[in-house]
Amino acid sequence: MKAAARVSRRIPVGPGIARFVRRNAWTLGIYGLFVAVMIFTISIHPNYGPYEIESLVVGALPLAFAAAAQACVVIGGGIDLSIGAMMAVANVLAARYMLHHDFQTAVLISLLILVGGILAGSLNGLIAVRTRVPDIVVTLAMSFVWGGVALLILAKPGGGAPDAFMALSSGNLFSPWVPNGLLLLIVVVSLVWVPLRLGRLGLAHYAVGSDRTAAFRRGVRVGPTRVFSYALGGFFAACGGLALMMSTGIGSPLAGTIYTLSGISAIVLGGVSLAGGRGGITGPIVAAFVLTLVPADLILTGTDPNLGQVIQGVLLVLVVMAGGLAPLLRARAIQRRVQAG
Amino acid sequence: MSARATGMRSGRWTVLQGQLRDRPSLVLVGVLLLLVLVIGVTRPGTVGPTWVANTILFAAPLGIVAAGQTLVMLTAGIDLSVAAVMTAAAYVAASQSYFGSIRAVILALAVGLVVGLLNGIGVAIFRVQPLIMTLGMGLVVSGVLLVYSLKVSPEGPPNVPDIVRTLGSGKVLGFVPNSALLWGAIATIVIVGLRQTGYGRLIYAIGDNPVACRLAGVRGWLVQLVTYVICGFLAAVAGLVLTGAINGADLSLGDVSLLPSVAAVVIGGTSIYGGNGGYAGTLVGALILTVLSSLFTLLDAPDPLKQILYGAIVVLLAAVYVRTAGDTG
Repeated sequence: MKAAARVSRRIPVGPGIARFVRRNAWTLGIYGLFVAVMIFTISIHPNYGPYEIESLVVGALPLAFAAAAQACVVIGGGIDLSIGAMMAVANVLAARYMLHHDFQTAVLISLLILVGGILAGSLNGLIAVRTRVPDIVVTLAMSFVWGGVALLILAKPGGGAPDAFMALSSGNLFSPWVPNGLLLLIVVVSLVWVPLRLGRLGLAHYAVGSDRTAAFRRGVRVGPTRVFSYALGGFFAACGGLALMMSTGIGSPLAGTIYTLSGISAIVLGGVSLAGGRGGITGPIVAAFVLTLVPADLILTGTDPNLGQVIQGVLLVLVVMAGGLAPLLRARAIQRRVQAG
Repeated sequence: MSARATGMRSGRWTVLQGQLRDRPSLVLVGVLLLLVLVIGVTRPGTVGPTWVANTILFAAPLGIVAAGQTLVMLTAGIDLSVAAVMTAAAYVAASQSYFGSIRAVILALAVGLVVGLLNGIGVAIFRVQPLIMTLGMGLVVSGVLLVYSLKVSPEGPPNVPDIVRTLGSGKVLGFVPNSALLWGAIATIVIVGLRQTGYGRLIYAIGDNPVACRLAGVRGWLVQLVTYVICGFLAAVAGLVLTGAINGADLSLGDVSLLPSVAAVVIGGTSIYGGNGGYAGTLVGALILTVLSSLFTLLDAPDPLKQILYGAIVVLLAAVYVRTAGDTG
């Protein structure tokens, strides 16, 4: 904060819009990237219509929730490498207990699973806070634990859910252009995130992620706030597991694992700093849609679909390199201006 | 904890704790001996020279990959691409063995060097965070390997080269595993290198205080770059030893080694924030993890339960270490 204030005294801060753009450059960039990829998609696929949008949303929903989960934890200054495994647990729980039940029971079960997700996330956080073992190590080990739990619940892919429950993601209530999955995502994320950002807890969340010691000296309760960020991550991970259930129709104990890594890709593309305390939740979610669209486009253009993972890795590294260069160049420019003036 | 609760806060306990804090590796050796004792008690007659030789044989790939991971973590980095490199090296060696063993091994090691070099360039020159760089490289390597495996599969099934098999599962005098000798050689080089060479001391210095290093005129980027190249190389060696030990290669060979490679380093007392620790602890850490999984196998635990216990014990050991050795951060 101090450094930013010093810089702003030297270079005049522009009017509101310029300042807004400078502060949110990365997030605006990822929106731009999404629009560009979308235009490209429509140009190679002229019949792009409601069906394609629906399959995009259904496909991207689990990753979007995984990205939201990881974003919550990383903004709070941690990292959770067990998010994929927690998603798998939620997924197999849903598949095992919703089979042959009606919609009401299914919704009740999903609420219980969401509570379970919060508890699982809190456990990760509590262990990391109480033992003082680095977050990466705790959650990497916990990914084994949750992965084992998922295998205990359902040894091999199976189970199912009522059709009405699956329609929460794939159907459309208002217009064929607006799939339910998109509404679900917007409603859940804004119900959780907006009150948080407006309240004290959200401020503490960002403060702890940005500088733990400074937050402690300002009277923020660091431990509980960190546990809270993990609990929030667990909640979104459970949402992701349920979304996975809606998109695949069955439960699979191993299906969640890839979402740990692609979730991290999404938050990094979406402008969340791994150092903590920076970024929002919409950037990662939009990035999740980009990461889902790009491999789909590749298949449409006739590229070997097996290269999808390669493209994702290269995209991740290149974007981060570019993102690393931008502040470096800006710092050089400021230095030159200071030396000149 | 329990000793503190019963009021033995002063006196012998404090002395003991102080001793342990000075020599945390004693705790590790204690844990290792305890695990061996548990195996000896639950399955009498198991523990013997053959068992020890086999345990070292199984621990060797983990120990070798964890050596690279230790070096990287000492510079305050992390390499999450080691699992993909291990798999790629093993698969390349197996699929190229048709053209001669030497060529296959050289190509496999080249995979490790190239991936390590790219990781190093990203981290040291472009300043990408190590976690992201190596994660991205891991995705790229396993993706390229998938495409490669589809291309070469018509030429015949992968076949582990003879040299690699001898290296991974052969034994000198029918007792000492070859891979143990290789592991011993690597361990000696790493331990002596970290203590005695300028490069070794620079690794600690960079991890401890990169700014001071830069002000002192150290070319930190070069140290980091070399460290990632070494880590990639050692991961490739570990992949070869592993594929030789199990005499087969598939596309998920190295996946199981990712958590243990990080866990062995952390349990062994190297700080994930850099500048603190060493390879001797990692070595014991790798042995502990190997003995632990052989214990589970002996006890016939079902797979999911094995996985849960493994994760829980890794956290527990790391927590015990942090408590006895003080805050590693």
